[in-house]
Amino acid sequence: MTLGSGAMTNTIADIAEESQVIFIIGSNTTENHPVIGTKIRRAKRYRGAKLIVADPRRIDITRYADLHLQHRPGTDLALLNGLMHIILREGWEDEDYIRERTEGFEELKAVVSKYTPELTSQITGVPVEQIEEAARMLGENRPGALLYAMGITQHTTGVANVMACANLQMLLGNVGVPGGGVNPLRGQNNVQGACDMGGLPDVFPGYQKVTNADARAKFERAWGVKLPEYMGRTVTEMLNAAEAGEVKCLYIIGENPMTSEPDLNHTRHSLNKTEFIVVQDLFMSETAQFADVIFPAAASAEKEGTFTNTERRIQRVRKAVNPPGEAMPDDWIIIQIARRMLALGATTPDPDAPWAGWDYESVEDIEREINALTPIYAGVTWERLEAGEQLHWPVPSPEHPGTPILHTTKFSRGLGRFIANDHVPPAERPDDEYPLVLTTGRVLYHWHAGEMTHRAAGLEAVYPQALVEINPKDARKAGVEDGDRIKLSSRRGEIISTAQVTDRVEPGIVFTTFHFAEAAANFLTNPALDPTAKIPEFKVAAVRVEKVDAAD
Amino acid sequence: MTINLIINNQPVSAPEGSTVLEAAKRAGIEIPTLCHHPDLTDIGACRMCVVSIDGARGLQTACTTPAREGMVVDTMSDEAVASRKFTLEMLLTDHPNDCMTCEANGQCELQDLVYDYGVSWPEHSGKRHHYEIDPDPNPFIFIDRNKCILCGRCIRACEEIQNRDVWNFAHRGFETKLVAGADQFLLDAGCESCGQCVTYCPVGALWDKMSIGKGRLSQVEKVRTTCSYCGVGCNFDLNVRNNEIVRVTAAADAPVNGLSLCVKGHYGYDYVHHPDRLTRPLVRAKWLDDATLQENLARGAWEAVSEAEKRNALLTWRRQHGGNGQSQFPNSQSQIPNPKSSISPETFIRTDWDTALDVVARKFTETKKQYGGDAFALMASAKCTNEENYIFNKFTRQMLATHSIDHCARL
Ligand code: SF4
Ligand code: SF4
Ligand code: SF4
Ligand code: FES
Repeated sequence: MTLGSGAMTNTIADIAEESQVIFIIGSNTTENHPVIGTKIRRAKRYRGAKLIVADPRRIDITRYADLHLQHRPGTDLALLNGLMHIILREGWEDEDYIRERTEGFEELKAVVSKYTPELTSQITGVPVEQIEEAARMLGENRPGALLYAMGITQHTTGVANVMACANLQMLLGNVGVPGGGVNPLRGQNNVQGACDMGGLPDVFPGYQKVTNADARAKFERAWGVKLPEYMGRTVTEMLNAAEAGEVKCLYIIGENPMTSEPDLNHTRHSLNKTEFIVVQDLFMSETAQFADVIFPAAASAEKEGTFTNTERRIQRVRKAVNPPGEAMPDDWIIIQIARRMLALGATTPDPDAPWAGWDYESVEDIEREINALTPIYAGVTWERLEAGEQLHWPVPSPEHPGTPILHTTKFSRGLGRFIANDHVPPAERPDDEYPLVLTTGRVLYHWHAGEMTHRAAGLEAVYPQALVEINPKDARKAGVEDGDRIKLSSRRGEIISTAQVTDRVEPGIVFTTFHFAEAAANFLTNPALDPTAKIPEFKVAAVRVEKVDAAD
Repeated sequence: MTINLIINNQPVSAPEGSTVLEAAKRAGIEIPTLCHHPDLTDIGACRMCVVSIDGARGLQTACTTPAREGMVVDTMSDEAVASRKFTLEMLLTDHPNDCMTCEANGQCELQDLVYDYGVSWPEHSGKRHHYEIDPDPNPFIFIDRNKCILCGRCIRACEEIQNRDVWNFAHRGFETKLVAGADQFLLDAGCESCGQCVTYCPVGALWDKMSIGKGRLSQVEKVRTTCSYCGVGCNFDLNVRNNEIVRVTAAADAPVNGLSLCVKGHYGYDYVHHPDRLTRPLVRAKWLDDATLQENLARGAWEAVSEAEKRNALLTWRRQHGGNGQSQFPNSQSQIPNPKSSISPETFIRTDWDTALDVVARKFTETKKQYGGDAFALMASAKCTNEENYIFNKFTRQMLATHSIDHCARL
C-alpha cells in the first residue's frame, strides 16, 4: 500500500475536533457509521469545519455538506485526479512535506496533468465549478481529513482508488498530522480485528507476510510445525476451487457468503459442490443450509474477548448473559476440534515449541499468545485493557502508550510513495439491454446480511422490506410508481423488490441493499475483482428494471 | 486566566468563562439542577439552580451566571432553598404521583430533588394535563407527556448532539407541550431513532419502549461492552435481569462515543434472545454411523428433512409473513412438519457436542492426510472477537497446514 498500512491513520475524536475540512468520499457515514456521522455534523455545525461529500447518491450527510459532488458510480479515481490537477495548478501542494516525506511526485504530476477540470467533469458528470470549488476548499483549509468506505474499495479499481486518496492527502501534507489522515471507515464491528489477527490468506497476525521467510520461521518455531511458503486462497478463489472440486472442506465461522458474496447463483453452485461444510453461527443462515455440520455459536453478549474498531482501538467485549441451550463461544468450538485432531494425529507439532499447544484455559491465555507473536499487539495485554487503558495499535511493548495517529514522523515503509493511476471505466457498463447502473449499500436500520437486524423487532418494523431507489425519470420510463413491485435483472440473475421513487439517486442509477436474503442485491452484482485487493465490484453492475404484476 | 470567588464561605478558583455552577462543582459544592446537562448549552429554564449572590438583586440561576472575580455566592441561602422548594411543589401539582410503577424510579432527577428538599406531595393538585400515554407508534421511544417537566433537555440533545432538530415546544404557558416536528409522529418528523432524547431526559417522560416493564435500575446488572454492529466501536452498558438483556444504556465515560449511540447499538440487541437461535449441534444423517443415528432418532432429534425442504419451508414462511418483524421465523425444531419415515441422508440430526465434534475432527483429519492442506478453505469472521480470529488463524495454518483463510467480502 502507498503508506504501508490499511487502517485509519487518525482517530475519530481527532477528526471531530481538529480537522478544518472533512472530505468524505464513498461513505454513507450517517447511515453506516452513525456516531461518526453525528460527530462530523457537529464539527460542521459548531466548529465551522468545511464538509465536502462525494457520492453518487443524495445520501443523508449531503444535507449537511458545504458541497456535494454527485459523481457517477465508478469514477472516483478520475474525480480525485481532477482535484489534484487543480491543487497543483494553483500551487496549493505542500512542497516541504512532499520533499521530505514522499517519493514519486513527478510520476504523479505526469498522470494528473491530464485530468483537466473539463475532462474530469466529462467523466464524472460533476460540473467544473464544483470541482474547482472542492479543490479550493481542500487547498485553503488545513489540516483536512479524508474519509472513505466501501464506495471506494468495492470497485475493480479499488486499490487504485485508495492510492489516489493517499496521493491527495500527501500532496496536501495532510498525513501524519492531527486532524488529517487517510481514514477508511471499516464496515463490520471487528473487520479490523479479523484482519489484524491473520484472517487473510497472505499474512500472519500483525500483517507479517506468509511469503517472508523470517516471518514464517518465527511462526514455525512458535507453533512447532512446517508452514506452506505460498499464499492461501481468497474467498472468491475458495469458491472457485470448491466448484472445481479442489477444496473438499469449507469451515465458516459467523459469516454468510450466501448473501454477502457477489453473484450468488455462482456461490450457491460452489457450496453445493463442496463435499463437507462446517458452519458456526447464531442462526440457520442461508449459508448454514448448505452445511454438513452446524455448531451453535455464542453471541458477543455471551462471551469475553476484544474487538478492534475502525481507528485501531482495542476494546473489551464482556459476557452479560449465558448462551441459549448448548451454544458455545466460537473459540471453544475451534479449540475442541483442534484437540481432537491432535489426538487423531492430524499434525504433530514439536512439543518444545512455546505456542504449539491447544490447552488454553481462558481468553487471557489466547491474549498472551497474541502479545507474544503479534508485534503491533505486543503491549495490548489483558491487564491493561481491564485497567481501562485506551490502546490504539501499534503498541509494541507493555510500556508503550499506543499510537493514536500513524505516520507522524515517517511512514511504515519509510517515504510515502505517490502511485498515480489512470481512470478505468467500471468492468460492466450499461447498454441497451441493461440500461441502468446498480449500486449497492446499507441503510441505517439494518446491518450487513441482516442476520441480526431482521431479528431485532424494532429495526425490522421500521424498515421491513427491501427497497430499490430509482429516479422519477427512470421510473416513468419503466412505467413504475412508488411502491410498485419490480423485477431487477442483470446478466447474472434477478430479484423481485419494491420501488422507492426518489431523487436521492440521479437518472440512470438505481440503488439497493444486501440486507434482505429474498431480494439480495448480490444475485445481480458483478464478481469482477480488483486485481490486487481481490475485492469484488459490488458498487457497479448494469441492470434493467421492469414492473411485475401483483399476482407474481 | 483563573478567577477567584467565594462560594459558601469557601475560596474557589475557576478558569475564566466558567459559570457559577461549574465553579462550584470544581470545589465539590453541589448545586441542584434539572434543565442543565454538562453536554448541552444552558438555558436557565427550570430555576432549580438559583443561588444568592452578594450585591445582585434577587436570586440568580447558577447555570447561566458567569463566575466573576471576587464574587460572593451562597448556594444554600434561605431564599434559594425556599425558591427551590416552591419550584418543586409547582412541578408536583401537575405531575402524576406514579413513582411506584414509574420506569424512572431510582434514577429520576425530580424524585431525588423532591427527596433532598423534603417536599411533600401537594394536597390539592392544580390544573392537570391528561395526555395520552405512549401515543407515538414508533417502536423505540416511549412518551408520557404527563411526566414532562419541560426542561428542554431532549430538545437540545436532539439538536446539539444529534443535529436532527426533531423536538420543540408548541404553545405557551400551561398549554406548553413537547412536540416532534409540527406535532407529528417521530419517524415523520425526521427522527432517526437514536434514543439520545431518552438518554438525556431527567425523568420518566421519555423512555426506551422495548424496556418498559422489564426492570428498573435497582433490579438490573450493568455490563460494559462494545457494540456488535459497526466499526465505530461504541461502548455502552447491557442492562441484564434474569439472564436477559432488558435495556441498553449509554455511558458518559464511553471512550469513543460518550452518551451517543445509534439505533442499532441502542435498540438492536434483541436478536440475542430470538427464538431462532441455534441451540444444539446439527449433523446431517449421512455423516453419522447407524448406531448414533438410531439413538438420536429415538429421541426425536431430527431437524428439517432435507435442505430443499428446509429452504422451501423458509421461503414459504417469508412469503406468508412478508416483512412483518413482529412475527418470528419458523422455529425449525417444531413448526416444520417432518415425518420420521422420510429421514434421508441429508436430514439434520440434533446431536450432542461430542458426536458433532468427532465427526468434524475425523473428516478434517482424513481429508488432510489424503489431500493435504490445500483441500481446506476457512472463512473467518468480522463478527468474532480478536481472540477467536487468532485461534482460527492458528487452526488454519498450524493444524491444517494451509494459508487459505479469508473473511467474507473484505468490507
Ligand atoms: S431519537 Fe434521536 S433523532 Fe429521534 S427525537 Fe430522539 S434524539 Fe432526536
Ligand atoms: S421529555 Fe424529558 S427531557 Fe424532554 S422536556 Fe420533558 S422532561 Fe425534559
Ligand atoms: S452504536 Fe451505532 S455507531 Fe455505535 S458502534 Fe454500534 S452501530 Fe456503530
Ligand atoms: S439548571 Fe439552571 S435553570 Fe435549570
